[in-house]
Amino acid sequence: MSGQAMWAILTFLAAGIGTMLLGLALRWVDRKVTALVQWRVGPPWYQPLADVLKLMGKETLMPSTARGTGFLLAPIIALSATAVTAAILWRTLLVPQEGFLGDLIVVIYLLMVPALMTVLGASASGNPHASIGAGREVKLLLSYEAPLLLAFLVPIARSGWTLDLGRIVTAQAASPVVFSVSGVLAVVVAVVCMQAKLGQVPFDLAEAECEIMSGVYVEYSGPSLACWLMARMMLLALLPLLLILMFWGGLHTGAWWGVPAFLGKYVLFVALVTLIRNTNPRLRIDQTMRLFWFVLVPAAAVAVVLSMTGISRGIPWL
Amino acid sequence: MALTTWALRKSLWVYHVNTGACNNCDIEVLELLTPRYDIERFGMVLVGSPRHADVLAVTGVCTRQAMPRLQEVYLQTPKPCVVLAIGSCSLEQGIFTEAYHMGPKVDETIRAVDPGAIILYVPGCPPKPEAMIDAAVKAMEFLKTL
Ligand code: SF4
Repeated sequence: MSGQAMWAILTFLAAGIGTMLLGLALRWVDRKVTALVQWRVGPPWYQPLADVLKLMGKETLMPSTARGTGFLLAPIIALSATAVTAAILWRTLLVPQEGFLGDLIVVIYLLMVPALMTVLGASASGNPHASIGAGREVKLLLSYEAPLLLAFLVPIARSGWTLDLGRIVTAQAASPVVFSVSGVLAVVVAVVCMQAKLGQVPFDLAEAECEIMSGVYVEYSGPSLACWLMARMMLLALLPLLLILMFWGGLHTGAWWGVPAFLGKYVLFVALVTLIRNTNPRLRIDQTMRLFWFVLVPAAAVAVVLSMTGISRGIPWL
Repeated sequence: MALTTWALRKSLWVYHVNTGACNNCDIEVLELLTPRYDIERFGMVLVGSPRHADVLAVTGVCTRQAMPRLQEVYLQTPKPCVVLAIGSCSLEQGIFTEAYHMGPKVDETIRAVDPGAIILYVPGCPPKPEAMIDAAVKAMEFLKTL
């Protein structure tokens, strides 16, 4: 095997396992903070790890109405797509010079895979609750993809219309996108979309556990449920990273404050997820779609127009 | 397998089955989630689907209507799983024992489909949340021997 292929496989494994561990830790922080907000003690630090290990040791039950292949393949595909995204994103963070043209497109597609697989697995399970959940998941996907892509257009435009994640990061070395009017607007839109992509509380209607009994996952048990949990935790670790790369210029490896500044930004985005989750009730699907299409899409469009005006008139703060 | 047994003990997910309770036991089960008792300290959470559960918290007398459903829910739970029979009703059918609509008792109903089921009894009408936490701790001790 050539050295380069070996290196690629090593990167993939390290990024996958590292993101997994980071995701477990973040999930614990999320649950602990939620417990503290509610004046409870909360779970011990190894709780998410124990959950995943336990599910690995249980039996997988197959509902008699399910289509076996789709039902069992969906969580595995979702998990692998997330792991590949992890490899691309961490590599971009550490060596931004070595991206490939269009890796942003690849990342956007790969991040869509877990949601699509949720729909596939839920429909394959043949459960009425799961099919309601699947319908909501599709509508959620249709709602948040448009504003998210529009928000991503702002850093793409400001870095000279490139689709190379590495070039977007290096273009922000001097002034990050978020230090401009259009950047702030785009980040706000992207944070709300991130919450929806994670399926966290205001937008957890696809798995609302008290009305449709964890909806899309209702028929999953044992290792396949563990795959879903791991994919969700890895997304929780990856989406803040993607937002930092797109809007806040990644890791400044040259300066001494590079690493602490990156950690600060990362903690800020993760804290935002927990904060929004703890302070909001769940929205109905019609309210969600109205919010995304009639509030966030216009906001993101305004951000794009502002940034293009700024570029053509040479006003850096716009 | 020691690792998965450890994980199972540290992360018991509870599915709550009401087989005809007067609702008082159910209120006491919900007490476990409140800040005062906070069962999540032990890694226990209430889940919405028996397929995710490790513990079935059964309350109520098990009426004739509820009996086949209880058996179905038990079969839908991935093994290993523990059954907590909560309240005097689910132990001995309490004051309803001679009523016309009674099925078999909760433990007999479950043993009819799985003779080796792990069943723990929590007496009381309704049992205190402390008693239920004690039952959960005993279940964890028992799972060590699996
Ligand atoms: S044991 Fe007592 S409190 Fe519980 S369901 Fe029966 S009658 Fe109600």
